[in-house]
Amino acid sequence: MASRLLWATRAASFLRISVPYRGFATVIKDLKYADSHEWVKVEGNSATIGITDHAQDHLGDVVYVELPDEGAEVTQGAGFGAVESVKATSDINSPVSGKVIEVNTKLNDSPGLVNASPYENGWIIKVEIKNADELNCLMDPDQYCKFCEEEDAKH
Amino acid sequence: MQNHPSVVVWKITPWSPPPKFQGYLTLAPLNFLCYTLGSWIRLSDCPNNMLSTQFEIREGTGEKIGTRERRKSKKEKSKFPFSPSKGSSPTNNQTNRKWIFAKMRGGQLWQLGQSITRRLSQADKKTVARRCFASEADLKKTVLYDFHVAHGGKMVPFAGWSMPIQYKDSIMESTLNCRENGSLFDVSHMCGLSLKGKDCIPFLEKLVVADVAGLAPGTGCLTVFTNEKGGAIDDSVITKVTNDHIYLVVNAGCRDKDLAHIEAHMKSFTSKGGDVSWHIHDERSLLALQGPLAAPVLQHLTKEDLSKIYFSDFRTLDINGAPCYITRTGYTGEDGFEISVPSENAVDLAKAILDKSEGKIRLTGLGARDSLRLEAGLCLYGNDMEQHTTPVEAGLTWAIGKRRRAEGGFLGAEVILKQIEEGPKIRRVGLFSAGPPARSHSEIQDEKGQNIGEVTSGGFSPCLKKNIAMGYVKSGLHKPGTKLKVVIRGKSYDGSITKMPFVPSKYYKPS
Repeated sequence: MASRLLWATRAASFLRISVPYRGFATVIKDLKYADSHEWVKVEGNSATIGITDHAQDHLGDVVYVELPDEGAEVTQGAGFGAVESVKATSDINSPVSGKVIEVNTKLNDSPGLVNASPYENGWIIKVEIKNADELNCLMDPDQYCKFCEEEDAKH
Repeated sequence: MQNHPSVVVWKITPWSPPPKFQGYLTLAPLNFLCYTLGSWIRLSDCPNNMLSTQFEIREGTGEKIGTRERRKSKKEKSKFPFSPSKGSSPTNNQTNRKWIFAKMRGGQLWQLGQSITRRLSQADKKTVARRCFASEADLKKTVLYDFHVAHGGKMVPFAGWSMPIQYKDSIMESTLNCRENGSLFDVSHMCGLSLKGKDCIPFLEKLVVADVAGLAPGTGCLTVFTNEKGGAIDDSVITKVTNDHIYLVVNAGCRDKDLAHIEAHMKSFTSKGGDVSWHIHDERSLLALQGPLAAPVLQHLTKEDLSKIYFSDFRTLDINGAPCYITRTGYTGEDGFEISVPSENAVDLAKAILDKSEGKIRLTGLGARDSLRLEAGLCLYGNDMEQHTTPVEAGLTWAIGKRRRAEGGFLGAEVILKQIEEGPKIRRVGLFSAGPPARSHSEIQDEKGQNIGEVTSGGFSPCLKKNIAMGYVKSGLHKPGTKLKVVIRGKSYDGSITKMPFVPSKYYKPS
């Protein structure tokens, strides 16, 4: 365990890519997390979705976010868009199924919001939740922290 | 939505002796996030989420020879999906040598992280030693390895070497800083080579398209090593030190095949009485110093007047007290130098350069190097130029000396000279496009939706703040201003052909 903590500290120092003073993988308390590194914030029947700090940190400077159209259907675990950084392209998977009710059009002009504010201004879509039971298979913040650490350690 | 065509490319090339393989996994479009493989079996060591991935397997000609689906079970060992061509060693079977591309589909956010964190775990061997790629332990390290790590370098496997992809600055910041101030790159993975002997010039002229005899001593040029079919084996900067000494630098990823190629030809040349021998500069390290501050900073470290050394010139001189070879060239489009320094002096030189620049010249990794060379419109061998691409198609006709066009006498000359006369069928072009950045293998279509070519490198330009790419299109459709479509994840986006370089070059030439 001690070595794992040590490892996490090392990782923290290495992984500071574009936001030098941010700690490693900020995780917000009230959100749920998917194993493909998206977060979801549930308010009533609506779910706001974005990518985690951990994910944006690995990606580096985000230069383009491919957004779905309003009204599109998304499915839990399936891709609905993509994030492009200077170095790579990644799919964004939806943590819940439902209908897209709003997209963050600010990302068209300022994709960098995903780096600067992954949990707030950098949100990606809002979805009308189809099946609230799906939320049960997502991780809570503690589980997600542990998941990141374990996944890092595995590879 | 379905899984998108993805960002990941496997390149596998036979290693000597067969049936062992060396290869690398790349997170496209950049060739720098990669794993060196001991063999195909190590596919099973891929991050788990790649297990459901589909590969496309291609021959060096680009011809698709099949697809393979990776099985999902984590425990299942993947099998080498095709048999290696028997006896294809680098020396005896150049043309049959297979470059196999396996294009993976289904990219995910996490893949990128894997490649970085894998390296991180590698850094802490005590914790995770058993999970490492066996072959990662075999990665070569430059003498600056510890220096990179101490400066926050994120080391990744690249062409068999552990190299920094970036440091603490983001790729965007590094790219901009190179153009504004300057960058220092460790490029010691590249292979410096001297050819010596009174016949070294006629010998080299058999292998490259440049007019080597016509170069003045102390000058150099970009050239291409060709094969019998006129395809490019590698691109390289060659310099004529004296009439019986040529210095050249070849790509790290091509080192083995280049050396095998040169050696094979050298044997037959010397057996006919030719006087040529070589020396591989493994005792030296190579630093690239690029950007507007390169010359002023380097001037602090040498007595020689650098203002008399122009673009492409070569000198042997003392820098920071060590005997160095410098070539005023680079891979960024900026003015700058490539400095070959005795390995024992390399760390001191790197420190001195950074100190003298008062922090303005920053250590820069392979990530920004790729952005910079793309902005400068320079080819990356393996992406923008391959064994089946001729220098004419690649837009490097200018590198074929006038005398060489008249006389030929290099490998594949018939094919290449005919192409110059008739025009090539495809041409390398630069393009701008809307939407997401076009990455390699994105399809290029004309306005009616007909396929006209493919992107070979692309990305977001940190300097221009828009998407740039290069690729090959059919001749006739290659003129700047031609409208086209680029297909990215099934959607087509508007684009147009544009002149390269995207960012004007600032080479130091006599006025």
